[in-house]
Amino acid sequence: MSVESVEDAPALSTPAAVGGAPAPAPRPWLVIRPRSGWAALDLRELWRYRDLLLTLAARDVKLRYRQTLLGAAWVVLQPLLGAGIFAFVFGLVAKLPSEGLPYFVFAYAGLTAWTAFQTTFAKASGCLLQNANLVSKVYFPRLVLPLSTAFGAALDFVIALAVLAGMLAAFRVPLTPAVLLLPVWFVLLMLAALGLGLAAAALSARYRDVQYILPVLLQLAMYASPVAYGVEVVPEAWRTLYQLNPLAGLLEACRWSLLGTSAPPAFAVAYSAAVAGITFVGGALVFRRAERRFADVL
Amino acid sequence: MSSSEIALSVRGLAKSYRIAEGRRRTTTLGEALVGRLRRPFARARGETFWALDDVSFDVRRGDVVGIIGRNGAGKSTLLKIISRITEPTRGEVALYGRVGSLLEVGTGFHAELTGRENIYLNGSILGMRRAEIVRRFDEIVAFAGVERFLDTPVKHYSSGMYVRLAFAVAAHLEPEILIIDEVLAVGDTGFQKRCLAKMGEVAQQGRTILFVSHQLSAVAGLCNKSIFLEAGKLRSTGPVHEVIHDYVESLSRQEGESPHKVRRAGSGELRFAAAATDKQAYKPGELIHLDFEVTRARSFHGKVAASFLVVSEREETVLHLDGRLVGHWVDADRLRPARMTIRGPWLKPGRYRVDAYLTTHAIIDKYEAAAFFTVLPILPYPYPTNDEAGMYGTVLADFEVNEGAPCNGTSQTSREAIAP
Repeated sequence: MSVESVEDAPALSTPAAVGGAPAPAPRPWLVIRPRSGWAALDLRELWRYRDLLLTLAARDVKLRYRQTLLGAAWVVLQPLLGAGIFAFVFGLVAKLPSEGLPYFVFAYAGLTAWTAFQTTFAKASGCLLQNANLVSKVYFPRLVLPLSTAFGAALDFVIALAVLAGMLAAFRVPLTPAVLLLPVWFVLLMLAALGLGLAAAALSARYRDVQYILPVLLQLAMYASPVAYGVEVVPEAWRTLYQLNPLAGLLEACRWSLLGTSAPPAFAVAYSAAVAGITFVGGALVFRRAERRFADVL
Repeated sequence: MSSSEIALSVRGLAKSYRIAEGRRRTTTLGEALVGRLRRPFARARGETFWALDDVSFDVRRGDVVGIIGRNGAGKSTLLKIISRITEPTRGEVALYGRVGSLLEVGTGFHAELTGRENIYLNGSILGMRRAEIVRRFDEIVAFAGVERFLDTPVKHYSSGMYVRLAFAVAAHLEPEILIIDEVLAVGDTGFQKRCLAKMGEVAQQGRTILFVSHQLSAVAGLCNKSIFLEAGKLRSTGPVHEVIHDYVESLSRQEGESPHKVRRAGSGELRFAAAATDKQAYKPGELIHLDFEVTRARSFHGKVAASFLVVSEREETVLHLDGRLVGHWVDADRLRPARMTIRGPWLKPGRYRVDAYLTTHAIIDKYEAAAFFTVLPILPYPYPTNDEAGMYGTVLADFEVNEGAPCNGTSQTSREAIAP
């Protein structure tokens, strides 16, 4: 939205008119006018709406498992079941290596990080359609909607990590100092997910097919990333090409921090981090550019 | 508090929408891509529709401004631009204060969440800070009267409770400029009155209100200024009664277009030469006069009945006015202009068509759409409410309610007995 905000304008303290003449116009608090092209992110306004951001995040968390039989247990059950399938298919049947760890733990760690990415991406991309009634009835910085989706994913991640901690204790897998870097990988992963989600959300406001393509692309991306298997099964000759997928570096880094598996090459991590940052900023800019039409096309 | 301070100023505001050619508008990515590939340099074609066209006005602090106009006049577009939901195509709006807008009651309410959770959610969606909601929480709950159901999901609320809760949150918004779109169109009358009172309170605190309603009586009762939009353009602005007058005038003028004469059925010895109402527009309850004249086309003797149907826009026959019932016959040998006076019932606001018939045992003349008239959207009742009160039923009743009156019909305030 093309809005120029003038902070602390003395609109309400302007002296009253003298002698019946209208008061000289004070500086407006806000001027609404059409604007074209790219718009700045306006982080200050986002900060002013932080309560809404948190309230929406809380709403999503509360709503997700209301009226389900097992409630919040699904947060844990979903990756457990997924890891079980991977352990069976890739570990037991395909007999892929897992750096000496139980395949179940190996797959579970990868799936935890992947789930955080996938959930955020999917939720952020669908947030405009989901909240169309809000977008067409109330003003707030539209970025609040996709950003609020990251909180739920972060909460799930923390819960899944607690379960993983239990597994590590049971299988006597020691923690390494690399675990301290986990928050960094997680933030980068979220930035990438949000950046893609923002761009997809902007696109899906206009073109509804985006929501049908995304699940397919996500599935593809999962198998192109080291989630169900480790990078070591990728042939040496292909490895550099494989690392072009920025998720590869981040997911390997997560597994390294969690399980002490072999560290991804530094260049891959640096590359992934850079791509994640650029993706986020780019996605946010695309979103901001498209947002002035949201209310008209939703 | 000075009334000369400006609260908002609108300058040359315009908003256009592009109506895609024919029915086509690309909503799938595939279509858009194919279109792009076929004509890579073509600009998207289609008609431009100006929902709002070069509108300028100022609103002073403390004013309560009613925005009136027909459907599609641009009222909602104007409110959406001022609320920053959509952006103008041209022009600008300068706001001298925080804006809170209420384009819908209960925006963001979620059925699965409890009343308490919805208060926080709705409040923060409307732009309240959490601390603000916490501070006013008890007040909101008391205003809505839902204390006992705070921790019940709102899907179990009655629709009345739901609306009360939603409005209660909104009524406690404290912006300097409050924008309200038809929100009074829900809820029961008692609660609406409290909301109106609450809004009046807001206005007295020097806040500014912009208010859209189809109910002229609500606008007249609540607002001191008004803005009349027609087809996206500002038609008149100023004190509320002057603007309402302009609006009513324009409604009457527009309805005065010549009725399309339809081919006439019937044996045709006698024909209606004319049939017209004395005015183009009436307030509900106003006397309606229908003047008509019959001419003889071919040889005919004897008396025939003149009969009229008043048909609503929904093709409902609301009134059947047959002269025979009141002893009137058209004598073919002594043709004179006649006037029918319709005293009751009160017709609902809307447009009506009059079909005229001359009959004996067979139809002699069937003159469909002989006349048109409009009943203005002013409810003849003492209390302004919403569109929902009075939504059902074909006509409006002249009625009142008394408590504590005896039930055997001897109450002093009961209406006169039915005339013999």
